Amino acid sequence: VLEQQLFNALSLGCVYALFALGFTLVFGVLGVINLSQGAVFMVGAYAALTAITKLHAPLWLAILGAFAFSGLVGLAIDRLVLKPLRRRDAPHLIPMIATIGLGQSLNNLVQGLFGAENQRFPSEVLPQESLVIAGVSVTVLELGIILVSFVLMTLLLVTLRKTQLGRALRAIAESPKAARLLGIDVEGLFMATSFAAAGLGGIAGVLIGLYSNALFPLMGQPMLHKGIAVIILGGMGDIRGAMIAGLFLGFAEVLSVAYIGSDMRDAVAFGLLFLVLLVRPKGLFGKTQERKV
Amino acid sequence: MLEAFDNFWSIYSNLVLTLGTNALLALSIYLTLSCGMLAMANAAFMGIGAYAAAILTMNYGWPFPAVLAAGMVAPAVVAFVIGRPVLRLSGVYLAMATLAFGEVVRIVALQAESLTGGALGLNGIPQLTQWWHVLLAVVVVLAVLARLRRSKVGRAFEAIKEDETAAGLMGIDVDGHKMLAFALGAAIAGLAGALNAHLTFFIGPQEFGFDRGVEILTMTILGGINSLFGPALGAIIITLLPELLRGLKDYRAVFNGLILVAIVLFLPKGLWNPAWLRRLAGRGKGNAR
Repeated sequence: VLEQQLFNALSLGCVYALFALGFTLVFGVLGVINLSQGAVFMVGAYAALTAITKLHAPLWLAILGAFAFSGLVGLAIDRLVLKPLRRRDAPHLIPMIATIGLGQSLNNLVQGLFGAENQRFPSEVLPQESLVIAGVSVTVLELGIILVSFVLMTLLLVTLRKTQLGRALRAIAESPKAARLLGIDVEGLFMATSFAAAGLGGIAGVLIGLYSNALFPLMGQPMLHKGIAVIILGGMGDIRGAMIAGLFLGFAEVLSVAYIGSDMRDAVAFGLLFLVLLVRPKGLFGKTQERKV
Repeated sequence: MLEAFDNFWSIYSNLVLTLGTNALLALSIYLTLSCGMLAMANAAFMGIGAYAAAILTMNYGWPFPAVLAAGMVAPAVVAFVIGRPVLRLSGVYLAMATLAFGEVVRIVALQAESLTGGALGLNGIPQLTQWWHVLLAVVVVLAVLARLRRSKVGRAFEAIKEDETAAGLMGIDVDGHKMLAFALGAAIAGLAGALNAHLTFFIGPQEFGFDRGVEILTMTILGGINSLFGPALGAIIITLLPELLRGLKDYRAVFNGLILVAIVLFLPKGLWNPAWLRRLAGRGKGNAR
C-alpha cells in the first residue's frame, strides 16, 4: 500500500511542481508575485473542458489549447497591468495587490459564465486503463500526468540552462537594467515569460482537473496558497527549488493523509511553510541575500 | 418623518452598521500599511475576535463589554505570538507568511468542531450590538489613530515605512514599533469581528478567508493611506458598491476586482488624495503623483 501512496504522491507532487514553476519563473524574471496565477490555473482547466465538451477536441489538443489560452490570459495581464506598473517603477507590493484584484475578477467571471457547481470532464475522454508495475497498480492517467509534468519541467530547465534564451532570461533575473544595456530585448522576454508561466499554470490546472475530476471556479485558490508555500520553501525565483519543494509537498500531503488523517491535509503545506520561515526565512534552498541599503 | 426613518432603519440598519465594522477593518490594515508592512492576516484576526467573542457570549454568558474586550485581546495575543518570527520577514515574504497564517486559522476553525461548529459555523449568536456601539467603536478608533499619527510612535511608523534601515540607524526600535502596529491592528480587526458576530447572528470559517482579506485590503487601498479618511472612505464605497451594482448580479465581484486593479493603475495614492482632489476641483498645480 505504501508504494501505491508514494505513486499518488508523485503525481500530485508533479502538478504542484508544475504550477509552482510558472509562479516562481515570473518572480525570478519579472520580480513580481503574480497572485492571479491561481485564477489562470483555473482558466486553463475550464478552457480544456470547453474544448472537450463544446469543440469535441481530443484530450491532447485540449491540453495544448489550455496552454495557449491561459498563456494569452497571462500575456494580457502582463501587457495591460504589470507593464504600466513596471514603467512607473511601482513598489513591489503594488503589482501583487493588482494581481489579487485580477484573480478575484477572473474567478468570479468564470463563476458567472459556468456556475459555481463542480464540473467534470466527460468520462469517455479520460483514460481508464491501469497497469501493474512492480506490484503497484498504476492508472494510465496518473502515469500521463507524471510524464507530461516531467517533460515540461525538463524542457524548461534545459531552456534556462543551455540555450541563448535561457542565458538572456538569467541575465534579466540578475538585473533587467544591465540586461537591457547588453542589448537583450527585455520587454519581449517579459512577454514570453508571462506567456509561458501562465501556460504552465494552465496545464497544471488541466492535470489537477483530470486528477481529481472536479472543476470549480475557486479551484485555483487552494492551489495558489499551496503554490505560495512551495515557492517559499524552494526559495523565491529558484526553479529547481520549486520543483523539489513541489514534489516534497505532494509526498508530505499524501503521507500525512495516510498516517495522520485526512483532516490535516490542507494544513500540511502551511505548517511546513510556517516552520521553514521560522528557521530559514529565505526558503530551504534560497541563498541568503545581502540587504539592499 | 420619524416613521420614514424607522422604515429606512428597519431595512438598512444592517448595511449601516456593516459600514462601521468595515471601516474598522480598513483602519486595522491601514495601521500595518502605515508602518510599511503588507500583512494579510487581518481577516484571520477578525475571525479570531469573532469566534472568541461569540463563544464567550454563548457558552459562558460573559457581559457584552467584557466580550468585546476579549474579542480584541485574543487576536492581539495571537498577533504578538506569531509576530516575533513573522515580522522578521519583509515585503512579499511577510505578505505570504501572513496569508499562510490566515489559511491556518481557517483550517483550525474548520477542524475544531466542538468549539467553532466546524464548517457549519456558530448559529444563533445573540444580537447584542447596538448602533451606538459601532459608532462609538469607530469614533474611538479614529481618535486613537489620529492621536497616534501625530505622536512620536506615529512618526516612527512613518520613518519605518519610508526606510527601515535608516529608521533603525536613527535609533528607532523598528521591531518594537512593527509589533505594536501589528498587534494593535489585530485588536481593531478583532473588535470589528466581535461587533459583527453579534450583529449577523451567524459566523462561519468561510467569512474570514482569503476573499475577506482581499476585501479589507481593497477598501484601504481604494481610499488611500495618506490619511485616516482614506480607509474609512474606501470602506464606505466598497460596502455600498454591491447595493449599487445589484443589477450586475453574479458579476459584482468581477467589478470589485477590476476596481482594485484600476485604482492601483490610475490612482496610486487612493481616492482620498488631497492633491488629486484639488486638481479635480481645478485648483491644484496638477502634480497628483
